[in-house]
Amino acid sequence: MPNTLLEIQNLTVNVEEKEILHGINLKIQKGETHVLMGPNGAGKSTLGFALMGSPRYEVTGGQIRFHGNRIEKAPANERAKAGMFLSFQNPLEVSGLSLSSFIRSALSQNQGGRIRLWEFKKEMERAMELLQIDPSYGERDLNVGFSGGEKKKSEILQMLLLKPSLAILDETDSGLDVDAVRTVSQGVKEYQKDGDRGLLIITHSTRILESLQVDYTHVMVNGKIVKTGDASLVEQINRTGFEPFLHDAAD
Amino acid sequence: MEENREKTYVEDIDRSVYDIKNDEKDAYRLQEGLTPAIVEQLSREKKDPPWMELFRLRSLQIYNGMAVPDWGPSLEGLNMDEIVTYVRPNTRMTAKWSEVPKEIKDTFERLGIPQAERKSLAGVGAQYDSELVYHNVRQEVAEQGVVYTDMESALKGEYAEMVQKHFMKLVKPTDHKFAALHGAVWSGGSFVYVPPGVSVTIPLQSYFRLNAPGAGQFEHTLIIVDEGADLHFIEGCSAPKYNVANLHAGCVELFVRKNARLRYSTIENWSKNMYNLNTKRALVEEGGVIEWVSGSFGSHVSYLYPMSILKGRGARMEFTGITFAGKGQNLDTGAKVVHSAPETTSYMNTRSISKDGGISTFRSSVVVTKDAKKSRSAVSCQSLMLDSASRSDTIPAMDVRTPDADIGHEAKIGRISDEAVFYLMSRGISEEDARAMIVSGFADTVSKELPLEYAVEMNNLIQLEMKGSIG
Repeated sequence: MPNTLLEIQNLTVNVEEKEILHGINLKIQKGETHVLMGPNGAGKSTLGFALMGSPRYEVTGGQIRFHGNRIEKAPANERAKAGMFLSFQNPLEVSGLSLSSFIRSALSQNQGGRIRLWEFKKEMERAMELLQIDPSYGERDLNVGFSGGEKKKSEILQMLLLKPSLAILDETDSGLDVDAVRTVSQGVKEYQKDGDRGLLIITHSTRILESLQVDYTHVMVNGKIVKTGDASLVEQINRTGFEPFLHDAAD
Repeated sequence: MEENREKTYVEDIDRSVYDIKNDEKDAYRLQEGLTPAIVEQLSREKKDPPWMELFRLRSLQIYNGMAVPDWGPSLEGLNMDEIVTYVRPNTRMTAKWSEVPKEIKDTFERLGIPQAERKSLAGVGAQYDSELVYHNVRQEVAEQGVVYTDMESALKGEYAEMVQKHFMKLVKPTDHKFAALHGAVWSGGSFVYVPPGVSVTIPLQSYFRLNAPGAGQFEHTLIIVDEGADLHFIEGCSAPKYNVANLHAGCVELFVRKNARLRYSTIENWSKNMYNLNTKRALVEEGGVIEWVSGSFGSHVSYLYPMSILKGRGARMEFTGITFAGKGQNLDTGAKVVHSAPETTSYMNTRSISKDGGISTFRSSVVVTKDAKKSRSAVSCQSLMLDSASRSDTIPAMDVRTPDADIGHEAKIGRISDEAVFYLMSRGISEEDARAMIVSGFADTVSKELPLEYAVEMNNLIQLEMKGSIG
């Protein structure tokens, strides 16, 4: 079992008393990249938030095991400490808190101690260069006044510096222009370089996938995973859209 | 050993005072309220010049004829008997260390305030280090020709005439009941005079006002920054100050002459039994600048609205303030400005935070007279309520008597966003820290304006207030 990063069994999730996910099963091994696709409103982001532990998403049944441990009841910060990361579709703005001091605080809480400032600074500079983020953004208030693309890059920057073992990217490519998608992909590739890391990419388009190596593709419709396949499923969806899968979800 | 000895000393004195005072107290109770005899005695003790004694007695008359304000937070818990007791001369204001509330001791601990200083801040025992600090500061600025002294000395020294000319001319005893009370019983405080063209390079800090027994209760601050001069004055300290009596009615008068600049920074953190009824006012002449930086954390009830009178053409005021109202606190703060000359500008930028049922009210008053053509004023206030039990209000008032002025007002009241808390938590930050980071960030525009050590302490205070706020 040591190769299993994440194992979800029969997971049901409610949002405001309404069941959105109806029994999800998913297993991600170390080093694997999974793609979760599906039409708008299928529940893809709900899965991301529920995995990360947002209080708005109530797990009503089933299990989530991360590195072998049940985490359904753990608060988000403990899941993060265990190595989970969620790249938000709409990152929040926090004024008066700079991007770099935010990442620094997160790092020191994750590692339970002091961090080496000089090394952190160097690493941040390198990551910013890779993602083509202006160094001045480190001192700017977290996401305040960032464009859509800059916010997404800031998420990937956080991912690279926090070094999770499983990253969930929620619609990271939405609203980005071609160049920005390419830059973000560079960041994701950098993350994949460490062969043990897992990745769950939530998307409804296929642009970000063009340059990434994908192991599994899942299609979610109406709160259920209706089809699982390999990378070729992405191409199929590219051709046919989600239409062929919709009838699979009919109860 | 030093400490032990001192402790015994304080307790001994306390006991004897109690024994003797027993009769006196009873005798005293027969006289109702503050009497001319008490004020006369105070004046004699302080060796006031004759005009000051008359001034006190006149103020007392005004005080006795005025009603307690009823338009703001309730003052019902104000114990006037106790106050009368404590304005009596020779009263030992010192408390026993054992009586200082635990929360205050804890705060000292958390802020890392040295033992010796804790006692003095708590009104227990004498000040140790600060006298020396004060002395050194005084020497340094004296070399620039700056006068920085306590009010009592100023009344008698070289600048006696200047003091008489300005004392309570800006805040008159007739302004309100507590200004009158101040006029009658004021004691302690600072006098600063900066000669023309002198730029004081280090901020002056009013450490020493904590020294005198009973000071910090009705202290008077008078600052005159002469033409083209520049000063930064820092009042108080962010550690909680504990007093036996629960009223603070200080008075601050600031005179900013032509093209001069004064920055006046305060962090008020009175203990949470205190009624803080402070009156602060600045008069700004042509081309002069007053900058207020104000943090209100302590006290049970506050009425605090520093006022700026922009009297000369092109005079400017800037007010940056933060108020943090926690459990059992009702903090009514704000700022006032009077534009009475052309091309004057004012800018108020405030943040208020309320939590655990705390109430924070922001009042702004902007008056633009008909002479104040081409004046500009902008008010921006933001409030953050940390739970549904807390309250936050904004009460703006405007009186604009010329069409040729540009006036703006913007208010925003909000709650801490659960999504933002989750966002920070998803990176590994605990809920408590996430909330504290959001609140600190909200306060950041103000902390940026504070001197570094105060900004650090203010952040510590916020962290401290936020601890255990998650139920």
